Amino acid sequence: MNARTVVTGMGIAAPNGLGAEDFWTATRNGRSGIGPVSRFDPAQYPLRLAGEVPGFVAEDHLPGRLLPQTDRMTRLALVAADWALTDAGITPDEVPAFDMGVVTSSSSGGFEFGQGELQKLWSKGSRYVSAYQSFAWFYAVNSGQISIRNGMKGPSSVLVSDQAGGLDAVAQARRQIRKGTPMIVTGGVDASICPWGWVAQLASGRLSTGDDPRRAYLPFDAHAHGHVPGEGGAILLLENVENARSRGARIYGEIAGYAATFDPRAGSGREPGLRTAIELALADAEVRPEDVDVIFADAAAIPEMDRVEAEAIAAVFGPYGVPVTAPKSMTGRLYSGAAALDLASALLSISTGVIPPTTNVEAVPDYRLDLVTDEPRSTPIRTALVVARGHGGFNSAVVVQAPSD
Amino acid sequence: MSTKNFTLDDLKRILREGAGSDDDIDIDGDILDAGFEQLGYESLALLETGSRIEREYGITLDEPSLVDATTPRALIALVNAHLADSLAA
Amino acid sequence: MNDRRAVITGIGVIAPGGIGVKEFWSLLSEGRTATRGITFFDPSQFRSRVAAEIDFDPLASGLGPQEVRRMDRAAQLAVVAAREAVADSGLEIDRLSPYRVGVTIGSAVGATMGLDQEYRVVSDGGRLDLVDHGYAVPHLYNYLVPSSFAAEVAWAVDAQGPCTVVSTGCTSGLDAVGHAVELIREGSADVMIAGASDAPISPITMACFDAIKATTPLNDAPGEASRPFDGTRNGFVLGEGSAVFILEEREAAKRRGAHIYAEVSGYASRCNAFHMTGLRPDGVEMAEAIGVALAEAGTAAAEIDYVNAHGSGTKQNDRHETAAFKKSLGEHAYRVPVSSIKSMVGHSLGAIGSIEIAASVLAMENNVVPPTANLHTPDPECDLDYVPLTAREWPTDTVLTVGSGFGGFQSAMVLTGEKRGTR
Repeated sequence: MNARTVVTGMGIAAPNGLGAEDFWTATRNGRSGIGPVSRFDPAQYPLRLAGEVPGFVAEDHLPGRLLPQTDRMTRLALVAADWALTDAGITPDEVPAFDMGVVTSSSSGGFEFGQGELQKLWSKGSRYVSAYQSFAWFYAVNSGQISIRNGMKGPSSVLVSDQAGGLDAVAQARRQIRKGTPMIVTGGVDASICPWGWVAQLASGRLSTGDDPRRAYLPFDAHAHGHVPGEGGAILLLENVENARSRGARIYGEIAGYAATFDPRAGSGREPGLRTAIELALADAEVRPEDVDVIFADAAAIPEMDRVEAEAIAAVFGPYGVPVTAPKSMTGRLYSGAAALDLASALLSISTGVIPPTTNVEAVPDYRLDLVTDEPRSTPIRTALVVARGHGGFNSAVVVQAPSD
Repeated sequence: MSTKNFTLDDLKRILREGAGSDDDIDIDGDILDAGFEQLGYESLALLETGSRIEREYGITLDEPSLVDATTPRALIALVNAHLADSLAA
Repeated sequence: MNDRRAVITGIGVIAPGGIGVKEFWSLLSEGRTATRGITFFDPSQFRSRVAAEIDFDPLASGLGPQEVRRMDRAAQLAVVAAREAVADSGLEIDRLSPYRVGVTIGSAVGATMGLDQEYRVVSDGGRLDLVDHGYAVPHLYNYLVPSSFAAEVAWAVDAQGPCTVVSTGCTSGLDAVGHAVELIREGSADVMIAGASDAPISPITMACFDAIKATTPLNDAPGEASRPFDGTRNGFVLGEGSAVFILEEREAAKRRGAHIYAEVSGYASRCNAFHMTGLRPDGVEMAEAIGVALAEAGTAAAEIDYVNAHGSGTKQNDRHETAAFKKSLGEHAYRVPVSSIKSMVGHSLGAIGSIEIAASVLAMENNVVPPTANLHTPDPECDLDYVPLTAREWPTDTVLTVGSGFGGFQSAMVLTGEKRGTR
C-alpha cells in the first residue's frame, strides 16, 4: 500500500531545449530560452518577451489526423509523453491497459485553439466552430489524448492549481501507484502564448515588462518586477519501485515526499502557507532539513512573493542553509508545466551532481539565500526539494531522492 | 447558369483541411468505395467534414443521411443531391 | 493503509429549479423538469436552443459585490453551495487547524462563461486577432485558470489544507469528491470541502456541442427535451449548477455528534483509451471502475439498492452505460432501480457528478428514488428498470453513482448509509 514510487522516464519540451538532453545541456550551462515573442506580433503589449519552445514541428512526431484536433500544448504533451516512455524503455502495447494511468496538470487548457474558435463564433457564427472545440481546449485534453494514444486505461486525472499543479499531479500519480497501479504517466505541459492568453496573463498583474531578455525575469533580485511566461513542460513516467527493478529500469530518483497547503485569506494576519508545505513534505519524506542538498524555488519575481519564499526557506533551513536555484530564470514561468520541469531538473541534478544556475540575478542580501547564480555548482546531490506556488495562494512541495541501492 | 458539382477532389481537399491526413493511408488513390473508417476518418472527422461542406456550398445536409453516407461515393452523391435540390428550389 | 474513512456530513446544492438542497430535492422527488428555452442569450443561430438554467441572483444568495465582480458564475455557485454545506454540517471550521481542512472543486470547463464574454469584448466581436488588453477586466486571470474556484471556496470557509481543482471533463464532480476521500483516508486532511461547479451555458459551449450534435435539437418541447434511456432520445440538454459537500474523517464526525449522511465507501476511475468523445458500446472500462469501487467498499453487487446513472440522453451513452451495468452487476442490474436526474436538471458537465452524489445521498435520507423523467418510449437496447416518470419509495442504504466523460474518463462511487451498520 505504501509502495515506493520512482521516476524512470522523462520527456521534456522547454524553451531552452527540446528533449531532455538539449534541455539539460542548456540549463546546466545557464543558456536561456527567453527571447522576443515570435508566435504573434507583441508590439502593442507591455511585455514582448516569452520562453517559446524552439524548433518543434508537430508533423515530424505526430500523425496528421491528430493535428486539426490538437492545440500546441497537447502536441507538445503527446510528444513529451512518447519520449518519457521511450526513455523508460516502456512499450505501452506490451503492458496491460489497466496497469497504466495518466495524471496531468493543466492551467489554461488549449487556449490558442480556443481563441481561434471564439473568433470564428463571434466573427462568422456558430456554424463555423470546429467539431474539435468540444475537447481540444478543455483542461482534461492532455490526459485524455495521452491515454488514447498509448492505450492507457488505468486511474487517471487532471489537476488545476495554477503553477503548483505540476507537483499536485505527481503526488496524485504517486497515490495511484500506492493504491496498486504499476505505472502512471504524469507531469504537465502548457502553451498559451497567443494574444488571448497574453491578455489574460497580463491581467494577473504579475508579468514583467520590456524587451531585454536578460533583465525581464529576475527572481530574488532587487530589480524583480514580474515574470516572463514560457511554454512547454515535462512528462514523467512514475513507477512502482518493484516494477521498475524487476524490469531492470534505470531509476532517476524517488518521489519521497509531498505536501500542499493554501495561504490564509487576506487580512487573517496568519503566516503564508509555504513554510508549512515545506515542513510537511520533509516529514512525509522522513528527511531532516539538513538532509536537503538543493532547493528548486518557485521564484515568482514579485518582491513580496520572493520575500515570502526566502523567509520560508530561511525558517526551515536557516540563513544560507542550503543551495537554492531557479532555472526557470532561463525558461520563464511555464504555468502547469513549470513544476514538472523543475522536478525533471532536480532529478537531473541528482544524476549529474550539478546544480544549474539562476541566471542574470543577484540575490537581495536581505533574503539570506545561498542562491546559485552565474555558474553551475558541482556537488553530490542526494535529496532535492522542489517548491511551487499557484496564483491565489497554492503552495506545493515535493522531495525527490537519489535511488537507493 | 453554372452548376456547382461536388467532386472527389473537393472531398479530399475538405477532408485534408478539416480532419488531416496521414502518410500511411493514401487518400490520393481510388478511395470512392473505401469506408471512411478504413481511411482513418471517424465520427468527429465526418461531422467536421460535413459542416465544412455545408458552409462552403451553402446547403444543409440532413443528419440521418449524413450518418448513412459511410463511403466517399455515398457522401458525394448526397452532397450533389442537396446541391441539385437547392438549385431547383 | 489505515482505517480512516470519509463520511459526508454537510450538503449544499444549487441546481436548475431552485437554490438549496430543499428545492433540489422537491424537484427530483416530484419528478419535475427544469429544462427550458435558453434565456441567457439569443439562441436563434444554434441547433440546440434548450438548457437547464438557474435563476440565480448572487447578491440575494449572500455574495458580496466584490465577490460577484471577481468571480465567474461557476465560482459564485461553488461558493454559495459551499456555504450551505458548511452551515448544514454544523462544523465549526475555525475550531480546527486550518491546515487540516482542504478543498477540491471539480469543473469541466471552468470559467467558460466569463471567458466567452470577455473574449467578445477584447476582440471587439471577433474582429481583432491581436486582442486588446486595454479592455480586459482585472480578474481575467481568474477566468483563465479555474484553480481560482478552489481558492474562492478556501477563502470562503477559511481552509488552508490541500486545495485544488479536478478537471476531468464530465466526471469531474465524482473525481473531485473521490480525490477528497483519498486525502482524508491517507491522513493529508481531516475535513475536505469537496464538490463541483460548472456554468457552461454560453454561446461557445452551445456552438461546440452543436458541432458534434451532442446536444438535443428538441427545441419545441423544452420541458421534455432531456430523455435519458428513452427510445426517442437524441442528445443531452446542457445545464449548470454546483454541489459541495463537507467530508469528514468518520471517527471525528461521530465524536462531534455530526449527522452522517453517508460514507463514501468506494471510488474508482478508469479511462477508455478509445476516443475523446466516442464510447465503445460494451462499457468495459466503466464496468471495471464499478467493479473496483464495489471491491473497495466491500460491497456485493446485490447490495446496491439504487444506481444513479450518468444517463446523459445521448444515443451512445445510455447504451454504453446499460451494458456497463449488466457487465458489472450481473443479474442484479435488472432488479435494481436505475435513474438519471439529468432528465430533470440537465447535464451540467463537470458539476453534475457532485449534483448526482447529492441526489444519491438524499435518496438514502428519504428512502425515495428519484425518477427518470420523460421516459415514455422504451428502447430495446436500454432494458433496465429506469424508474420512469415518478419517484419511488424504496429502502435505500447503498447507492452506486457513475459518470462518463469526454477524454474517456469513467468513474464510479459507492455511498453507504449508516442504516446497515458498520461493514
